[in-house]
Amino acid sequence: MSDPAVVSEREQKILGIIETARAKRAKFRDERITMAHGAGGKATQSLIEGLLAPAFSSPALDEMADAGAVEVAGVDLALTTDSYVVKPMRFPGGSIGELAVNGTVNDLAVSGARPLALSLSLILEEGLGAEELRAEVDAIAQAARAAGVEIITGDTKVVERGHADGMYVCTTGIGRRDPRARLSPAALRPGDRILLSGSIGEHGTAIMLARGEFDLDAEIESDTRSLWPVVDSLLDAVGPELRCLRDATRGGVASVLNELARASSVAMIVREREVPVRPEVAGAAEILGIDPMYVANEGKLVAFVAADAAERALQTMRSVPGCEAAAEIGEVRTEPPGMVLVETSFGGKRVMDQLVGDPLPRIC
Amino acid sequence: MKFVDEFRDAELGRAVAMEIMSLVEPGRHYKLMEVCGGHTHSIYKYGIDDLLPANVELVHGPGCPVCVIPMGRVDDGIAIAHQKGVIFTCFGDMMRVPGSDGSLLDAKAAGADIRMVYSPLDALRIAKQNPDREVVFFAIGFETTAPSTALTLKRAQAEGVPNFSVMCSHVTIVPPLRALLESPDLRLDGFIGPGHVSTVVGARPFQFIPADYRKPVVIAGFEPLDILQAIEMILRQLADGRCEVENQYKRVVPFEGNLRALEVLAEVFELRPHFEWRGLGFISHSGLRLSEAYSDLDAEVRFSVPGVRVADPKACQCGEVLKGVIKPWECKVFGTACTPERPIGTCMVSSEGACAAYYNFGRFAREREVV
Repeated sequence: MSDPAVVSEREQKILGIIETARAKRAKFRDERITMAHGAGGKATQSLIEGLLAPAFSSPALDEMADAGAVEVAGVDLALTTDSYVVKPMRFPGGSIGELAVNGTVNDLAVSGARPLALSLSLILEEGLGAEELRAEVDAIAQAARAAGVEIITGDTKVVERGHADGMYVCTTGIGRRDPRARLSPAALRPGDRILLSGSIGEHGTAIMLARGEFDLDAEIESDTRSLWPVVDSLLDAVGPELRCLRDATRGGVASVLNELARASSVAMIVREREVPVRPEVAGAAEILGIDPMYVANEGKLVAFVAADAAERALQTMRSVPGCEAAAEIGEVRTEPPGMVLVETSFGGKRVMDQLVGDPLPRIC
Repeated sequence: MKFVDEFRDAELGRAVAMEIMSLVEPGRHYKLMEVCGGHTHSIYKYGIDDLLPANVELVHGPGCPVCVIPMGRVDDGIAIAHQKGVIFTCFGDMMRVPGSDGSLLDAKAAGADIRMVYSPLDALRIAKQNPDREVVFFAIGFETTAPSTALTLKRAQAEGVPNFSVMCSHVTIVPPLRALLESPDLRLDGFIGPGHVSTVVGARPFQFIPADYRKPVVIAGFEPLDILQAIEMILRQLADGRCEVENQYKRVVPFEGNLRALEVLAEVFELRPHFEWRGLGFISHSGLRLSEAYSDLDAEVRFSVPGVRVADPKACQCGEVLKGVIKPWECKVFGTACTPERPIGTCMVSSEGACAAYYNFGRFAREREVV
């Protein structure tokens, strides 16, 4: 047998090589775009960090926040944009129009900016029914009213049949950065608490079931809603102690935690039994072989709060309609930096890694 | 969830863990292999390793049906998928497995019509809905999934669906186990037997393991308590100096298996003389193909495939990792030529493979040992 000291030295060396490779900015090396590049995991990261961010590098962009900061004549503004291609267009609990408003509003909200106005671009497929279009326009108008934003400019394009799927919607949002907010993805400190604004996995599960591919029936509705009310309350209650907020959309809570663990160079520990998941969602996820932590939400945020303000923040969240199930799910640690660990309900630990591609169901 | 949560009870888990603690001899190192990828998944998902004493090591076996498909087979699948008019269907996790020039996901991005299905019956339904297209189902898996492919083939034949065919890459569990056990450098003390496969084949096929190789086998379910209890049962056999096949998963696995399913398998499939496994090489009588009576539904007959064997790179040492001879990091290509993003061998393909797990979590696992 080989000398254990030499073996451990070699193992150290190899682990060192891997760690250096992991810490490096992801490279974009793929020959083509695959669906994995849109799934919010490692491939998406390689596309953004490897191709887009280096091409447009600027202080505002390099923050990698949900909205970019821009100052106009002494006023701090935030700008964000998003495209919506959800299929089917209507699903239990919402529709593409509602998402297009709330999604963009939420990117502003979690950046600590009060949403002010939106632009709206519609890409319509030849043959789209006028009734369907009218329904979405109504949904957009209603969601904008509910979120307190105005739609102040827009554009329409029509493409040939087959070149889009019904309709795609792009919205750009502008907001005023709230002076109470000191949020940054790099601001997390060991000891900070991780709070979740409600039960997870509902939007993604509702969409999967609405596609009708699984012959599964469950009363699960998308959680799409504006997050500004809860952000507003949090800023009021614990503003300076609030480190960072993220809405857990594509890639779910797991992706948010991984992104921020890397950005702040900290570790996180999540207590699985504290994570609120509705039984219908847990059941569907169990059958489909998918972890709810990776499933998209459209009205849930993750908040990182200094330890001594955590209880106050939690009570504040729970008092906001739609956030009654808010919970503290874990905390920020030092070691190992960049990693998210889960304390399983069964009493073990595991690493909650980034998604490699789409959350593909396992066969066994 | 009722009837599920009971098998995930942390309190009971701790009690079984104490039992395990009392069974291990200090100073003796135990290596137990869980054969099935489903077990590996549960072990990671629930952090079962954490509840075991440091001298009980779980070795992840060759039972991930997706990871063992060799590059040449993936290439053949992609070649069919690219043919005009073909809709190529497969299970979701097969889509990421690399061939010699990309995966099915890459082929989809390059224009092939490749669709994920949950069941072979979904593929048959797609065939009926698209009578002007050729629909091919890429059938993979052990005896667990083979019966559903067999029943789908029977239905396709009975209903006369002319545009449906199956590219059969089903494998059987016993030959790779025997191949592992035959190797002179094997370092395993016992086996956690595959629960899902056993629901079909029963317990009998595993009796050669204690009889010929003097190793205990315990067929186990997939909930964390099932697995912990199976480990306890193996360690108890070792402590008692026994070796036999025991069935922890009696609530699902009958000793004789599912006779009806076995009949259907025998009718629809026949053994290939040999089949190639990624990382393990050719193993005799380890793969299934369609029998004569179903050859008109055989995609490999209907379409021309390159059928080119793509050798695993010489430096790949998956076989030794699987046998527990070397640790993942001792492999020559680990972490350099072979990474989770660009895997070479079976152990790196699935996130649950021994090498991928070590690559991702190695530093953490080591720290846990220190603690």
